[in-house]
Amino acid sequence: MKLAAFGGVYSNHRSLRAVLADSARIGADHAWCLGDLGGFGPHPDRAVEALRAAGVPTLRGNVDDAIGHGRSDCGCGYSDPRDQRFAQISYDYTASQTSAEHRAWMRGLPEQHRMEIEGRRLLLCHGSPRRVNEFLWESTCSDAFLEWLCDWNAADLILCSHTGLHWHRPLPSGRHVVNVGAIGRPANDGRADVWYALVELDGRVSVEFRPISYDTEALAREMEADRLPEEFVETIRTGWWTTCLENLPAKERRRGKH
Amino acid sequence: MNWTTVSPLEFQPVTSARFPRQPLHHLDTLWIQVAGTLCNLECTHCFVASGPRNHRHGMMSRAEVRRRVAESLPLGVKEFYFTGGEPFAHPEIVEILADTLEHGPSTALTNGTLFGEECVARIAALAESSRYALEVRVSLDGPTCAAHDAIRGAGSFARALAGLKRCARQGLLPIVTATLDVEEDPAQARAAYLEMLRGAGIARPRLKLLPRFRIGREIQRSGGYGRTDTLADLPSNAFDPNRLQCGACRAVTSRGVFVCPLLVDEPGGRMGDRLADALGSFPLGHGACFTCYTTGMTCANE
Repeated sequence: MKLAAFGGVYSNHRSLRAVLADSARIGADHAWCLGDLGGFGPHPDRAVEALRAAGVPTLRGNVDDAIGHGRSDCGCGYSDPRDQRFAQISYDYTASQTSAEHRAWMRGLPEQHRMEIEGRRLLLCHGSPRRVNEFLWESTCSDAFLEWLCDWNAADLILCSHTGLHWHRPLPSGRHVVNVGAIGRPANDGRADVWYALVELDGRVSVEFRPISYDTEALAREMEADRLPEEFVETIRTGWWTTCLENLPAKERRRGKH
Repeated sequence: MNWTTVSPLEFQPVTSARFPRQPLHHLDTLWIQVAGTLCNLECTHCFVASGPRNHRHGMMSRAEVRRRVAESLPLGVKEFYFTGGEPFAHPEIVEILADTLEHGPSTALTNGTLFGEECVARIAALAESSRYALEVRVSLDGPTCAAHDAIRGAGSFARALAGLKRCARQGLLPIVTATLDVEEDPAQARAAYLEMLRGAGIARPRLKLLPRFRIGREIQRSGGYGRTDTLADLPSNAFDPNRLQCGACRAVTSRGVFVCPLLVDEPGGRMGDRLADALGSFPLGHGACFTCYTTGMTCANE
């Protein structure tokens, strides 16, 4: 059984279509979106329409929750004024460009989803099983903590997103935690590709992170045409994060350029 | 006042039903007061009144830290924080950090004044090779030498800044932790710190602002908490149990397990000998609880 899981669409309708095409081509049995459909990219309705048209089951991320309920910000909790400013620009643009019908749909999305595959209990969530906007970074989650998360939530495999950086931790107990990353912006690694997770369950669990190329230049031009910040466009073109850096732990931040 | 002879740490719970009780949701962070109350500085605002002669909480041995870390793992601890006193005054701090980083992410809080080239190089090598994040937090108490040294002592700003520059050169990306008085504007303070740090050649400054706590040596400066600085009689339906760091942390020193790193010298702050003794709820009867609750602050990195 192959499960394609992705998060952090961030209005990138072009990478979303590329991910859906890739997962269909390699024969994924299921695809799941772990939330955060808007923010950062252009024309948020285009990604939502593509996702809904494809019938991909979707969780409600913190951005979707905020947009759906008409809140004033994305709920990422930045304190750095520069990060706050860019997050607000991104959020206000998305809020103003998302149709009422899509906002109502977002409100009704589930926060988590459980399923059992080949005897393994899967828990899909956005940030963490305990909080929609909790950042689970690879370098700041001990094995002990992730084992506890699995115990506490009666799960053998937890899939999460929210940080924008993908990682997989096989635990000493044989359970797994996978952060599927984001497909709306690159992984702060100097390449423009985005990443999603292909989880295969066939008696054992294997996780492949798949880099996806798409027409970044076309997306960049759309962003410029809609006067989104040049810092966002730079990220799409270069693969380096330029904003929302505050919450990155030192290990992840050191790998980036900014 | 002689801070080494204040009253002993008997278990004196704040029993009044007037105070809300904070449950421990989960042990996310274990604070380890590895250097006890021993510090090379004597800052005027230190909430545990650390200094070169304060042996109230002793240095913890490498074996003692290992035992505490091992005790916390079955509880699902997420990360470890090292504090004091001054952790880098501990002769085995780098070895202790290396031991702990095998089990989880670790952060060391420091005044930065003991950061020689060799010490920083060892920390940087550890940060690079470790599986988990090693964060270094350097405390500043003013974006200028005059403001900082007025609190931390003559010459301490220059030494801390030199330590920060060494960290930056080694790619450590230290977090500068700065305390503010209540009347200071956080936005202005943040801008002043960032400008100073960038001007000093620290290209990617990271900054965390904290309020000051009117306990420890800060009592002499501020006069301590007033009668209205209390969570007493907060209606239960107004109390948010997800607002306080003591819902997710405990602190260990050479003298036992405490509710949080702030209350290690306060009556009732000690919860037992073992972490297993300290998993119950805590009555929020201290002035420091009032500051934490009203500001929503956490001593942790995020």
